[in-house]
Amino acid sequence: MSQPPPGTRPDIDRAALAARMTACVGAHNVLSDRESMRPYECDALTLYRDMPLLVVLPENDQQVQAVMRCCSELQVPVVARGAGTGLTAGSMPHPEGILLSLAKLDRIVRISPQSCSATVQPGVSNLAISAAASRYGLYYAPDPSSQIACSIGGNVASNSGGVHCLKYGLTVHNLLSMTVITAQGERLQLGSAGLDSPGLDMMAIMTGSEGLLGIVTEITVKLLPQPPAARVLLAGFDSIRAAGDAVGTIIAAGIIPAGLEMMDALAVQAAEDFCQAGYPRAAQAILLCEVDGTEQEVEQHTGRLHELLQRAGASSLHIAQSEEERALLWRGRKATFPAVGRLAPDYYCMDGTIPRSAVSTVLEQIAGLSKHYGLRVANVFHAGDGNLHPLILFDAGDSEQVRKAESFGARILELCVAAGGCITGEHGVGLEKLRQMPVQFSHEELLQLEDIKAAFDPALNLNPGKGVPILKRCQEYRALPGRHQHD
Amino acid sequence: MTETPEQDISPTLLQRITEAAARREPLRIHGGDTKRDLLGRPVAGTALDISGHRGIVHYEPAELVVSVRAGTTIDYLLSALREQGQTLACEPPSLGGGATVGGTLACNLSGPARPWGGAMRDAVLGLEMINGKGQRLNFGGTVMKNVAGYDVSRLQAGAMGTLGVITQINLKVMPLPECVQTLAFECTAIDALGMMRERARQALPLNGACWHAGVLQLRLAGAETAVTHTARQLGGQALAESDTLWRDLRELRLPLFTQATPLWRLSLDPAAPLDDALTVSAIDWAGAQRWVATEADFDTVCASAAAAAGHACLFRGGERHAEVRSPLHAPDAAIQQRLKLAFDPERIFNPGRLYGWM
Ligand SMILES: Cc1cc2nc3c(=O)[nH]c(=O)nc-3n(C[C@H](O)[C@H](O)[C@H](O)COP(=O)(O)OP(=O)(O)OC[C@H]3O[C@@H](n4cnc5c(N)ncnc54)[C@H](O)[C@@H]3O)c2cc1C
Repeated sequence: MSQPPPGTRPDIDRAALAARMTACVGAHNVLSDRESMRPYECDALTLYRDMPLLVVLPENDQQVQAVMRCCSELQVPVVARGAGTGLTAGSMPHPEGILLSLAKLDRIVRISPQSCSATVQPGVSNLAISAAASRYGLYYAPDPSSQIACSIGGNVASNSGGVHCLKYGLTVHNLLSMTVITAQGERLQLGSAGLDSPGLDMMAIMTGSEGLLGIVTEITVKLLPQPPAARVLLAGFDSIRAAGDAVGTIIAAGIIPAGLEMMDALAVQAAEDFCQAGYPRAAQAILLCEVDGTEQEVEQHTGRLHELLQRAGASSLHIAQSEEERALLWRGRKATFPAVGRLAPDYYCMDGTIPRSAVSTVLEQIAGLSKHYGLRVANVFHAGDGNLHPLILFDAGDSEQVRKAESFGARILELCVAAGGCITGEHGVGLEKLRQMPVQFSHEELLQLEDIKAAFDPALNLNPGKGVPILKRCQEYRALPGRHQHD
Repeated sequence: MTETPEQDISPTLLQRITEAAARREPLRIHGGDTKRDLLGRPVAGTALDISGHRGIVHYEPAELVVSVRAGTTIDYLLSALREQGQTLACEPPSLGGGATVGGTLACNLSGPARPWGGAMRDAVLGLEMINGKGQRLNFGGTVMKNVAGYDVSRLQAGAMGTLGVITQINLKVMPLPECVQTLAFECTAIDALGMMRERARQALPLNGACWHAGVLQLRLAGAETAVTHTARQLGGQALAESDTLWRDLRELRLPLFTQATPLWRLSLDPAAPLDDALTVSAIDWAGAQRWVATEADFDTVCASAAAAAGHACLFRGGERHAEVRSPLHAPDAAIQQRLKLAFDPERIFNPGRLYGWM
């Protein structure tokens, strides 16, 4: 078999490729005209767009395997896409490849209440799992704010977090097994129904691999018993610093809240305008603190938290009095992105992590940069686990503002690394943060990551140009078309 | 045993590894050497002792993060954490005091709290390691969340040193529970399994569920009010010495761990029915981990585990020069082999420890 050397690609004829793909998945599952492919040109980071040669929508695992075998043979790049809610251009198409949508693999295969697990296809939405498990009193814990829409396959590929991950962990902590189709079209069965599996921890390496190591076609997740009680406290503070210190106080007191979120004044205003959640408009920062568990535990911890927050100098303090009010307080938080989105034509969502103790310093530095660039920024913060989401407001129609927003974003990520944190807590690297990878990793570390990639996908067909910069092979490698190499 | 609290021998380790790589000299990595005859296959290689590389490098209780050199003992780390009212949620064994943090991570050995507190692999936030090219690498970080690059830190958990020498580890720590209570119920293994699964499905402050020697024990841990209330609700006999079984399980001190018959650890679907052909000595992790002492052959035990959607590992004793864990499917084995070479191209680290072919 004469294969081109890695990194160089033969010219692909769209019609010929379409014929091969049609043989794999049927004509109704191949899109090739621009109008039908338009919805797939970007994810939720709409600054970056491109058109694939084709969009292919397999209906089952065997079809995924057939598609992958064919693309491996033809050396065609494959970009996997779940629901396209990613914020890093991770599922942005490759102009010389296919966009592989997993949306039609949308079956809940089985719920096993006795084992506390659910087996699902990757296109199932995050929330649908909990909805299906609820009749057994069980749920799937990781809850990204995008959970109505985002797919579990996308969650696995991004190792997504949510507002409850301080206590319940990230996606990687809540999985048991998965089926993966490799770049060469082989099927891997990783993990097991037990808690520990022998050999290298393939579940760990696949989770968060951003579609670079394989296509996830089935996932078994852990389910937890729904906590019988949950209560949320809302505390307002006169300064970011006071709110940040209060977080430290709570943790130091030995309480791990189920959720602990901070929002700054601009985020609070936006959320209030959007859904009247009842947040104190006068506050410089608010904390939402949720405890869950048995009635007794919740009772005990709520009392203790009330006392701690008061002592930490909260200017206002309120405990949700009903389930409806609790849901409303969370709705305000989960709707912050769209709410802030109304304040300007566009927003750019960043995702750095920092040690909790650095929050006020970093937010002050961000405020300084905001003045420097002349762009407003609203901040939401998974305060419990140090994950910061600054939302930079700008106008994508103004190329100068686009340039400034990107530069501002890059500076924020560098601040996070300098504070002892990292460039992404849950959204991933995608295309967006490729340039910041060398800020966090040394040359040797990047080479090690590249060697891992090569162990799975030596021809570099899976999601090329995303996630991990390719150093060794970069000269001959046409990963990024010229117009994406903006600086 | 007195332990020098702080010592950085990483330059020596780096040099040794570089030399070994140049000569293709196999190394047998060890810390306290407490798990030499457990879990894996024997390694023929020059000993590389990590236990001198020790000390807590950074500990920030309010951040729930500790950074520790790999040769630090579990005992030493836990006592430092205890002073701040914290602990490792996965309850790792100290095995007579010698077990090190690095060895524990490499073996991913967790205690009875594992289904609720996670494993060592779940507590890892980041680490520093030396790969087979003699490069010192850092992955992950000291923050709770970090998804840049592949999760190389967690990949070291359970790799048994086959990918590199772990030199420093950042771990997530958790508050010690305010209150712990153990309840005992006399019953058969079958009834115990049913009861465990029923309890695991309920939202209870459960933190241990093990059946051994005709008794099911359930451990409750958490807020005092919740533990007291749940204990009353569940009944059973409240044990005055609430830690005896859990300590003996964790530290591998029950008679089943020292008898002469080969001892298998089965990691299974927790709800899988008991296999009549293989008598269980203990059922831990609310059903997900089962201990079987048997002379049955490798294939029989592996088939039994596979029927329960899980895996088997010859934990102690038996024929340790043959394979000691369930075989992998061919494509999975091929990728694991390539991954091994991506880290250790000269195959110097613990050759054959995990599988004969790795
Ligand atoms: C309003 C809003 C709020 C958000 N809140 C959060 C949050 O709280 N926490 C959080 O972590 N994220 C959040 N996100 C980001 C995003 O929703 C998550 O990253 C999510 O997991 C993406 O899922 P998706 O199905 O949309 O994946 P996509 O965007 O389609 O893809 C994401 C990545 O995964 C790969 N991929 C997708 N499916 C597969 C598969 N089956 N096999 C292999 N690779 C695959 C893609 O190639 C791509 O690299 C938010 C996004 C929005 C728009």
